[in-house]
Amino acid sequence: MEGFKNFLATAKGIILVGLLIGIIAPLLQYLGNPPNMGICVACMERDIAGSLGLHRAAAVQYMRPEILGFVIGAFLSALAFKEFRPRGGSAPFVRFLLGVFAMIGALVFLGCPWRTLLRLAGGDGNAIFGLVGLIFGIWVGTRFLKAGYSLGRTQTASSKAVGLVFPLLMVGFLILLFIDPQPAGEPRGMLLFYSLKGPGAQHAPILISLGAGLLIGILAQRSRFCTMGAFRDLLLFKQGHLFYGVLGLFVAATITNLILGQFKPGFEGQPIAHTMQLWNFLGMTLAGLAFTLAGGCPGRQLFMSGEGDGDAAVFASGMIVGAAISHNFGLVSSPAGIGPNGAVATIIGLIVCVIIGLTMRRR
Amino acid sequence: MAEMVDARGLSCPEPVLLTLEAIKKLGKGEVEVLVDTDTSRENVSRAANSMGWQVAELIKEENFYRIRIKKD
Repeated sequence: MEGFKNFLATAKGIILVGLLIGIIAPLLQYLGNPPNMGICVACMERDIAGSLGLHRAAAVQYMRPEILGFVIGAFLSALAFKEFRPRGGSAPFVRFLLGVFAMIGALVFLGCPWRTLLRLAGGDGNAIFGLVGLIFGIWVGTRFLKAGYSLGRTQTASSKAVGLVFPLLMVGFLILLFIDPQPAGEPRGMLLFYSLKGPGAQHAPILISLGAGLLIGILAQRSRFCTMGAFRDLLLFKQGHLFYGVLGLFVAATITNLILGQFKPGFEGQPIAHTMQLWNFLGMTLAGLAFTLAGGCPGRQLFMSGEGDGDAAVFASGMIVGAAISHNFGLVSSPAGIGPNGAVATIIGLIVCVIIGLTMRRR
Repeated sequence: MAEMVDARGLSCPEPVLLTLEAIKKLGKGEVEVLVDTDTSRENVSRAANSMGWQVAELIKEENFYRIRIKKD
């Protein structure tokens, strides 16, 4: 393998991956996923939290196969290319907390960095404020990095199990989805919760969602695609490598949306979005900062967890718990605006992240 | 003895950050960077190239990579 050139990690490769994701996401939306939500790691993890009953928001309960596919695809790819390496132990609980607050911020805006780009590509002007917030949050994170911020070293795990548990949990969820499908017109199977209306009821056919998730999981594992790293590396190193991927995603998604008639420019009445721009900005500032401090966007955290990174799995679990907290305590925004406790939670999250940024230091 | 950067186990972008610090400190010469993931290996090599440094040698150890970068 030593001489093997990882094409997808080249500039052309990552652009190709970005373009493919940019085509796949609007197609998933065309085939049934919620508007401007062909892929949204935060929203989809939130739906998974709902399907497990961690929150009981009736409109957002679905075991999203895309997310399961991301992890399983990255896992298979890492195995195939001998990159599966069980590891962990770099400030796991701090990462968990960063995951919780990343999700809280994302649900104040209503989308992760992936959906920020997809909302923009669908013509949603409110996402401009989210994008600027995201970049600002990442910029704040780069200041901490420059000053020596670090969560410390991971350790190579003594047991393979450390890296296997999260991918296998996803396999388990997938099996559950197949043996416990939604009974027609019912909000609950044997175990899993489902939605009868709302975003949780909107989804592409299971096998298509799963196939798309697996494909993206493989491509992203090979290319190291990361929507946060794209802006971070530009700000920190003036290096555009990952940014080319994000740019490819945006361009391809915009074109695909135009072709499919899914491009609707404007600010008012955008799907699953609100117009409280300060909170669109601050929600994504919080999310961007938390992703930067944790070393990857929510998608990248899933791909790394597939590679055996137990710390990334902890972060992803934090996001799922964060979704439950957000829905249980009124932190989540809706098309009417932010939730009753969304503002205070965002501010608390920013304070906590700044404290983490200031206190975690490389020796 | 070449400058050594041990970036094993560190999250992105710390391996690149530390490598670039060493490159800036030395200006030219040789730096040995230790990383433990393929992602970091690619990132460090890419960053070194962008600063006009070459990857002189890449050694795969049991659990990590030894990357020797240099600039004359």
